[in-house]
Formats: sequence, structure tokens, C-alpha cells
Amino acid sequence: MRSILHRGDKFQPLPTDDGRLDQQIPGGLWQKCPKCSELIYSRELENNFRVCPKCGHHLRLRARERIQQISDPDSFEEWDAGIQPADPLHFEDGSGSYSEKLQATQQKSGEQEALITGAATVDGRPIALAVADFDFLGASMGSVYGEKLTRAIERCAEIGTPLLTVNASGGARMHEGLFSLMQMAKTVAAFARLGEARAPHISLLADPCYGGVTASYATVADIILAEPGALIGFAGPRVIEQITKQKLPEGFQTAEFLLSHGMIDLIVVRTDLRRTLIELLNHYARVHQVDRGESIPWEPTIIEPHSSNGSAYDDAVLEYEPAAATGGGS
Amino acid sequence: MRRARQRRGDNHEVLDGEELQPAEQESGQPALTPWDRVKLARHPDRPHSLDYINELMTGFIELHGDRRYGDDQALVGGIARFGDRTIIVIGHQKGGDTKENIRRNFGMVRPEGYRKAERLMRHAEKFGIPVVTFIDTPGAEPGIGSEERGQGTAIAESLLTMANLKTPVVAVVIGEGGSGGALAIGMADRILMLENAVYAVASPEACAAILWKDAAKAPQAAATMRITANDLHGFGIIDEIVPESLPAHETPQVTIAAVGVAVDRSLRDLMKVVDQPSGLDRLMEQRYEKFRRIGEWTEGDEPSAARSRND
Repeated sequence: MRSILHRGDKFQPLPTDDGRLDQQIPGGLWQKCPKCSELIYSRELENNFRVCPKCGHHLRLRARERIQQISDPDSFEEWDAGIQPADPLHFEDGSGSYSEKLQATQQKSGEQEALITGAATVDGRPIALAVADFDFLGASMGSVYGEKLTRAIERCAEIGTPLLTVNASGGARMHEGLFSLMQMAKTVAAFARLGEARAPHISLLADPCYGGVTASYATVADIILAEPGALIGFAGPRVIEQITKQKLPEGFQTAEFLLSHGMIDLIVVRTDLRRTLIELLNHYARVHQVDRGESIPWEPTIIEPHSSNGSAYDDAVLEYEPAAATGGGS
Repeated sequence: MRRARQRRGDNHEVLDGEELQPAEQESGQPALTPWDRVKLARHPDRPHSLDYINELMTGFIELHGDRRYGDDQALVGGIARFGDRTIIVIGHQKGGDTKENIRRNFGMVRPEGYRKAERLMRHAEKFGIPVVTFIDTPGAEPGIGSEERGQGTAIAESLLTMANLKTPVVAVVIGEGGSGGALAIGMADRILMLENAVYAVASPEACAAILWKDAAKAPQAAATMRITANDLHGFGIIDEIVPESLPAHETPQVTIAAVGVAVDRSLRDLMKVVDQPSGLDRLMEQRYEKFRRIGEWTEGDEPSAARSRND
């Protein structure tokens, strides 16, 4: 299992936002866990996928950190990096114009928009990734987010590639008004087509995921995974508290809460994410082989009553799926 | 962007962000501000979904419940006769008074309401019945129970159902189009909107509270959010504005009749598409393209999205 999790390249920390800088100790050698306040040696934290080794808290990831953690080294090829947000409403609020805010955000975050899409391989299997960057205006979904995601979905539908979306978002982007709201419809419609093409959509809900993203494509995936402790919901907890004047129950809107209410498939700790993805991708790959009428090596164990149980299956898997063999976790 | 907007807004004069209704210009009345329209859209005497259903349709049989958990009275639906055809009608339902509003939860729908809508849409698809929806909600209910029962999932599933629903769908924004809770029954082949209705990604109060840190700035937020029928028609997001020569609550029957005429015309157009060979496939294709093209961005040297806007 270790071998799967091994990252080929040495980890280079990415530019961080102000919030994260606060957590860093001068020199960046040590970081403080925002949950248990433990001081953690930075490299140890990175090696542990930014999961606190003491309390297991999953620290937020930038989109490119996530892509690096999931995909095979150097396999990621970005799509549509050149799409730039516009300001169709000429939106201005108390603190200035949306255009200015976009420029400042682009500079600070080092990203052009809140969603990064592209092709990668995971343990050699092709997959498309659409990863939200919460540091870019709360990964709010506006026109560019919707367009990049839709293009990614359409490509996947065309070539039959599975798509992983990583969703941590504050919801629809207010500055683009109804254009933002309509991205919910646009992306869901595209996912309906992906479904017809029978390419799987795996959605990973990460902290925090709210509003228009929760109420659209992120929750109509074939498989819905969530990170431990992630806050996921439609309305924000403060809004609910204000409106209902009720005290929110313990653990309200956590991934565990959603799991117990039957809303998600599985909670996956980050250190197991890649292994889980590989297992899932292998399962769907097998389905497609059956569709095409290709021989399936473990078939004899099903139709021959005297074949030895188990081992034949395992051998067959090892023979047929070199990916699973190196994994050893299956 | 401006180019695109002017192309779509050919019936309405565009004056640097301020768009005036021809009717208002003729009558010499001052143009209503977006905030005025928010207040009109929320006016307690404004006709609500059941008023339209009762006036425009006959033989309405209300169909209750989501067959999973409960019957949400903030969303009504059923089967009815509209003109010469049978339709499935679905609408958010606000109350006419406080007592009814409590029963109707002020038109804020819970997951079971969206699941009721979804099952009624499936019913319509099964029998090839067209669907008409009336949009009039402050938004989906924010509440503990709603979260427990998957408010986000319920809305998302309703969208997914509408994305592929193999029967024509016409939506009319008759009052408040409140965010995802409105869109959940609004992913239609034709989106009509009353002149004084509003349709927004968030309520102006919520937007002001978040971006101005002051809910009292809601009138400013309403203006910058571009939430009026005129704005949204200019953006190519809604298809048709149904005029209100006087605000709907002053002459409800006139407004309701105008909506009836517009819905009937849209349904006729859509049935013409469906009645052709492979008509349903074409309808699905057109619905996909309708939402596919929405969005504005820049790419390379291209100033705007617009592959979409050329049609």
C-alpha cells in the first residue's frame, strides 16, 4: 500500500493564502493544526497529505495540491487554462468592483479561476479531474467554473473517461448573478449526458461545500465520497440558526452527519483516497471490458463449480490487472 | 457582452444599465427601481400559483406528497386541463395571509416538495403530458430537517430530472425567483417572466449582508445584481417578458390572462417541435443548448463567450 501512496516528486509547497500564513511559524518549518493546535513539522504534514498526525484533522488543500496528491507524477495536463472571468453585470459592492476583486484574487491565489480541470492518470488509468480551489473567492461557481466543468464533462462523455470532481465551494458566485445560478443547470445537464455515455462521475466533497454546488452536480454523482469532518450542506449553519432560532445539533452538516442520513456513499480519509480511487476505477474498467465482450479472467470461478474459491480470483486479478498487483491493497 | 445584450434587448431601450419599459415611457410614469420590483414581486396580494391554476385551468386534481416522506404544502402540483390539453402543473405556493403562510412555509420548499415535483414530472413524462411550472419562492427552506433530508440533493435531483425530461416544460416566474429553490422547477424549454417579477442568485438582503456586511443595503444590491425581467431577457437567460400594464396585485385577472396566453403560445411552439419526426430528440437537444450557452467569459483574444450568442 505504501508504494501506491508514494509521490514521485519532492513536494513543493504552493503559494499560500493569508489564512494559512497565519498558521505558519517563521521559516515555514512548523505549522499549527487549526483543530488541535499541535505544532507539526511542515514536511511531516506534507508527507501525511496535510492531515494532522495527532488528531487526524484534514487541513484544506489548494486545488493543485489535491491534483498532485491524487494523480500519477507529472501526468496532469490542464484543460482550458486560458478562460478568463468576465464581469457581465458590471457588479459593484461596498468594497469596489468585481473586476478589481477578480484581479486581486488572481494575483493573490496564483490561479485564473476557481476550478482547475484536466486529464491525468491514476495508477496508469486515465481520469479527468475538476478540482475547486477554495482560496479563489470561496471556489464560488460562476460562468468560467461552469464552462470549464461542462467542457470537461463533454470531453469525458465523448471518450468515455471517468471524471472526478473535488468540491469545496461556497456556492454560486453572487457577482455574476443569474449567470452563476444557471451554471447549476448547465453542469447538471452535461452530467446527464455523461451518464448516458456511462462514464462514471465520482464526486469528492471536501470542507466546506455549500449552496449551489451541493444543490447541483456534486450530489448527483454516481459515487459520492466525503472527507472526514468536512462541512457539507445547502444552507450555511449561521443562516439556519438565525432563521430557525434553534440550536444546531452536534456534528450538524459534517460528512459523518450526511453519511448517517444516507446522503453520501462513503467517508474516505485522505491518505486512503488514491487507493479508493484506484479500486473504483478498476471496477468500472472491468465493467466496460465485459460490455465489449472481452474475456474476463475470473469468469471460470463463476461457472465452474469445482474451481478453488478465492485464489483463482486473486490470481486472475493479478494477471489481468497489473495495476492492482502493484497496489497490493486489494 | 454589450453587443450581445443589445441584440437581445431590441424591444427595450438600453440606456447604460438603466432599461426602461416602453409602457412606462408612454405613460410618463417614472421607471420602477429594481428594489421597487422586489417589493412588488413580494406583495402579499400578488396572485400566487393556485390563483393561476384556478383561473387558467379546469378540472385541476391536486396530487399530494412525494411518496417518500411527506407532503410539502409550499409546493403544489397536479393534473389539469389547460385549453384543449392535459397538463401537469407544479408551483411554489405562498400564502395569502399569515395563517396560510405558516402552513405554506412562506413558499420555502423542503426536500419533500422538490421530490414531489420530481415525481410529478416523471409522471408527465410517462404519459407524454407537457409540464407548466410557476416560480414564486424566497428560496429553498434553510432548516435542520431540510438539511437532514438532503435539501441540496433534492434540488440537484430535480435538476437532473428536468435536464432529461422527455416532454415539453414551460416555466413562468410569477413573483420571487429565489435562487436554487426557484431553479429546481425552472429548468424549462421556455422561461417566461412577469414584468415585475425578480429572479436572483440570492435575495438582495442576503447579498447585501454578505458583500456590504449590511442587510440594509439591499436596494443597492438589488440594482447591481440585475434581477429584473428586462435585465435577464437582455442576458438571454429568460425567453419572454409577460407585461404588467399595472402591477399584478392591482389587476390580477388581467395579469393571469396574459400569462395564460403566453404559456399557451409557448406550449404550442414546443408541441410543434415534438410532433415532428424525432421531435423529442430535438427538444432534448434544444434544451441542452439553451442552458449550455449561458455564461460570459473571455478566452484568448475573444472578448466574450458567445459562440452561444450568435443565434
